[in-house]
Amino acid sequence: MAKNKAKHWYDYLWIWSIIYFALGFFNILFAWLGLIDFIVPLIFAIAGGNKNFCNRYCGRGQLFWVLGRTLKLSRKKQAPGWISSKWFRYGFLTFFMTMFGSMIFQTYLVFAGTSSLRKVIKLFWTFKVPWKWAYNGSIFPDFVAQFGFGFYSLMLTSTLIGLIVMALYKERTWCTFCPMGTMTQGICKLKAGNELENA
Amino acid sequence: MRKAVNDIDRCVACGICNNQCPRGAISIFKGCFAVVDEAMCVGCGICEKACPVGSIKVNDRRNA
Repeated sequence: MAKNKAKHWYDYLWIWSIIYFALGFFNILFAWLGLIDFIVPLIFAIAGGNKNFCNRYCGRGQLFWVLGRTLKLSRKKQAPGWISSKWFRYGFLTFFMTMFGSMIFQTYLVFAGTSSLRKVIKLFWTFKVPWKWAYNGSIFPDFVAQFGFGFYSLMLTSTLIGLIVMALYKERTWCTFCPMGTMTQGICKLKAGNELENA
Repeated sequence: MRKAVNDIDRCVACGICNNQCPRGAISIFKGCFAVVDEAMCVGCGICEKACPVGSIKVNDRRNA
């Protein structure tokens, strides 16, 4: 935010991002709350035909801005053009959705009893980090926790990628290839295109 | 006259320019791209510094 602008409640949603990761550190079931960040932007795009989530309410984008700009942790250098090119954006979205699908499948395997619950967080879809302390059983079946571990891994990995590009390039470089941003912009363009045709 | 110009084909509509513009001269058109209201833009370049894509640039437009 520019200094001369009035602050709104939603300018502090970056705090939500931090709270989310803190909660998931202590109990993995809180990872489910991350679905808000998946569903709300889609509702805005599909129902409203806008990117108000990215534009106003995205705690992740705000966190990169607070760390990169306010705390000066960004080099503020222009990222190479390919990072925001269409093929990379849609390629990353495809990769991300594939990994999301594989995580859902893993959850299904635990649900079906073929696989047992693994209390690990997988970073960058590769490195397994023990996360035992975050779950000691609950009233829910194991697959609920498995989804939590999988979803938290995804959220943490994307935040880490975002932090790396924030430090290397501009504060909100993550936003240029964020899968949710790509998806919602795609939906908005389709909607706007249809509206223009029907006008 | 210096004015911000956006390359709408590259813009990802993240909205940081709209957020940062001290004049409120930038809006996001239907979630597709940022639009600069040239009548309000003073060419300060705050949006250009914030834009992670590099799609919004301040140009010198003598005849505009």
